[in-house]
Amino acid sequence: MKTFPHGLHIPDYKELTSQKPLETMPLPQKVVIPLSQHIGAPASICVEVGQTVLTGQTIGKSGGFVSVDIHSSISGVVREIKPSLHPLGRQVQSVVIESDGQDKWSPDIKPGKNVGKLKSAEICKILQSRGIVGLGGATFPSHVKLTPPPDKKIEYLILNGVECEPFLTADHRLMLEKPDQILAGLDILIQALGVAKAFIGIENNKPDAILLLTEKTQNNVNIEVVPLDLKYPQGAEKQLIKAILDREVPSGGLPLDVGVVVNNVGTAYAVADAVLENRPLIERVVTVTGAGVNNPRNLRVRIGTCFEEVLNFCGGVKDDAAKILMGGPMMGMAQYSMNVPVIKGTSGILALPTDQARFAREATCLRCGSCIDVCPMFINPSLNGLYARFKEFDNSDRANVLDCIECGCCSYVCPAKIPLVHLIRYAKGEVLAKRRKSA
Amino acid sequence: MNTLVSSVVALGGLGVTVGLGLAYASIKLSVKVDPLIEKVRDVLPGINCGACGFTGCNAYAEAVVTENAKTNLCIPGGARTSVEVALTLGVEPEATRKLSARVLCQGGNAETVRKFEYQGVSSCHVLNQTAGGDNACPFGCLGQGSCAVVCPFDAIHMNENGLPEINISKCTGCGLCAGECPRSVIIVTEAEHAVDIRCRSTDKGGVVKKYCQPGCIGCGRCVKICPFEAIELKDSLARTLYEKCTSCGICVKECPQNTITRGPLFQRSAAPHTVHKQCCSIDN
Repeated sequence: MKTFPHGLHIPDYKELTSQKPLETMPLPQKVVIPLSQHIGAPASICVEVGQTVLTGQTIGKSGGFVSVDIHSSISGVVREIKPSLHPLGRQVQSVVIESDGQDKWSPDIKPGKNVGKLKSAEICKILQSRGIVGLGGATFPSHVKLTPPPDKKIEYLILNGVECEPFLTADHRLMLEKPDQILAGLDILIQALGVAKAFIGIENNKPDAILLLTEKTQNNVNIEVVPLDLKYPQGAEKQLIKAILDREVPSGGLPLDVGVVVNNVGTAYAVADAVLENRPLIERVVTVTGAGVNNPRNLRVRIGTCFEEVLNFCGGVKDDAAKILMGGPMMGMAQYSMNVPVIKGTSGILALPTDQARFAREATCLRCGSCIDVCPMFINPSLNGLYARFKEFDNSDRANVLDCIECGCCSYVCPAKIPLVHLIRYAKGEVLAKRRKSA
Repeated sequence: MNTLVSSVVALGGLGVTVGLGLAYASIKLSVKVDPLIEKVRDVLPGINCGACGFTGCNAYAEAVVTENAKTNLCIPGGARTSVEVALTLGVEPEATRKLSARVLCQGGNAETVRKFEYQGVSSCHVLNQTAGGDNACPFGCLGQGSCAVVCPFDAIHMNENGLPEINISKCTGCGLCAGECPRSVIIVTEAEHAVDIRCRSTDKGGVVKKYCQPGCIGCGRCVKICPFEAIELKDSLARTLYEKCTSCGICVKECPQNTITRGPLFQRSAAPHTVHKQCCSIDN
C-alpha cells in the first residue's frame, strides 16, 4: 500500500466518534463571526450595528484576491462589531449577531444552477463570493488554488480524505454520509481545473469510506480511490502527493509546481453547496471529542458558535479536563478561553484530561536523531531548535526552517521532551518578519 | 650515505627557500596596526556589549584612536575606563555618567491576572508570540527572564514573583537587557534617578484595574503635584521626564496605585541634582 517516507505511527483514538453519525447542533443564540477566518487579507465589513441580517447574507467583502467573503450564519440583528478573541490567540475584528430564532435564509440561496456551462473563472468567482476556503485546517481560499499561474500546467487533482490527525472523524463521517455531494463537488473542481484525472486519498483505517467511494466511482475512469497505509502526517498535502504520485514538491514550492492541486473532502462538499445551491460556507462539521468530553459527537455547527456552547451540547467537559484544543492533538491550538467562536478551520474541539495533557520537564538534547528520522519534510528539527533558541535566524533560514509544516512529529518523539515545534514556529515567524523587512 | 646527504640537502633547501619566502611575505604583506589601538583595547573591559555604539571593544578602540571618538563612550567601564583611555592617548578624560537599567513594571505573578498556565520554551520572545503571552496586561513583563539570560554582568535576577530585579551595584547600564525585552519594560537611565513610574500600560484606567493591581490608571495626580513638571500624562500613562526629575519623591506618596516607587539610591534629603539633557528618557 502507498505511503510517504518518514512520519510516525501514532494511536489514532478515532473509535470515540467514528461510529457516531453527523448531528446538527441547534441554532446558537448568538454568534461571533471573525472577519479573518482564512489565510490572506481579512474581509472588510459591510454591515452596521443594529442592522437585521438573514442567514447566508454577506457581512464582510473579501479584502483582496487572496481573501474570501464572510457571511452571517444565523438570521438576527448585528449587536456589536468589535475585536474579539480568535481561536488562534489574537484579537480579531468580529461581528456579533444575536439570533431571532427563525433562521430566515437570504433569498438568493436557491438550488438548481446549471453547472455544465460554467467556466473556470465563473466557478472561482462563486467560490470567493460564497466564502469557500480549504476546510482541512489551513483555510486557504479555494479559488486561489483553482487559478494557477498560466505557465503551470495542472495534471492531477487530489481529494484529501486522509484525516491523519488523531481523534478527528469529521471528514470520515462526511465521506460516509454525503458521498454524492462530495463527488459532485469533485466534478466541479475537476471542471474548474480542467484536469483529466483525480485521486481520492483515504487512509486504510477508514475501510468503510474506501469501499463506499470506490463503489460510487467505479463507473468513472477519471476518478481513482487510493487506499493509503496508516501514517501521520499523510494528510499534509506535500506528503499526500508523495504518497499517491511519488512526486516531491520542491523546497519553498507549492503543489502546483509539480502539477497537482490538493483539496479536502470537506472543501469539495462546500464547493458543491456553493456552486449548485449558491449556499455560502456558514456551517461545518466539527468533531467534539477527547476523554475529557462526556458525550463525544460529530456535529454540524454554524460558524461563530462559541466553544462553550458546543461542548455543553456534548454533555459538557468532565471535571478532570485539563486542556481544550482547537483541532487535533498534534497540530491543534490550545485554548485558554472557552469563549472563542467556531471558525471555518475548526475541524475539531478536543478536551484532554489531566493525564493526557501532562507536560514533561524539558531535558538536554541527547543527539539521538529521532526527530530527524521522523521529520516528513527532511529538515533537521534539533538543529533548527538550537538556532531558534540562540536567535540565529539566518542559520534557521539556511536550514530550511520555512519548510516545516508544524506536524509535531519531532516534538512527539523527542525523548528529551524539547518543545521543538514551538521553537521552530518562533523561528519561522522571525525569518518571515526578517524577509518582509528586507523585501 | 648518499641517501642521507641528498635528503638533508633536499629538505634543508626546501626549508630555507620557504623560510625566505615567508620572511619576505611577512615584511611585504604585513598589516600595520597602530600599537596605540592595541593599548586602548587592553584597557577596555573586553565584553563586546556594543553599548558604545561600535561593534565591540576593538572597533571602539580603533574609533578612539583614528576617528577621535569620545573617551567616555564605554558605559560598562564608566569613569575609570574613560580616564584610562584618556591616559593612554594623552588627552583630557571626558565626564561620564553612571547609567543603570530599571524595570518599569510591577506586574508579577501575584499582581496581574494570568490568562493561562504557560508550559513551553522559557523565552520572553517565544511567549510573546504564543497567544500574546500569559500576562493579561499586553504591555507588562512576561516573566521568562530573557533579560537575565542576556546580562553579561549577572546584574539581573528573576525573583519568586516572576519579575526581574536589577542589582544596581553590578549594573553598568550597557542596555543589552533593554534591547532584549520584547515588551520594552526595561529602560536605561542615569543611576542617580531614584524615582520611577513602574508601568507601561497605555490602556484606560478601568481596563488596567481589571488585570493589574499596581498599574498606572492615568489619574494624573502625580502630574499635578510634581513641582518640576517632570511627569507627563500621555495615553492614560504617566511618564517621567527624567531630564527634569529631581527624585524628590513627592509623587510616590501621591500615587493611589503605588505605581511610583523609590529606587535603592533614593535619599530623602538629596538635593536636586544637575540636569543632563542627553540622558535617556522613555521612548515613544
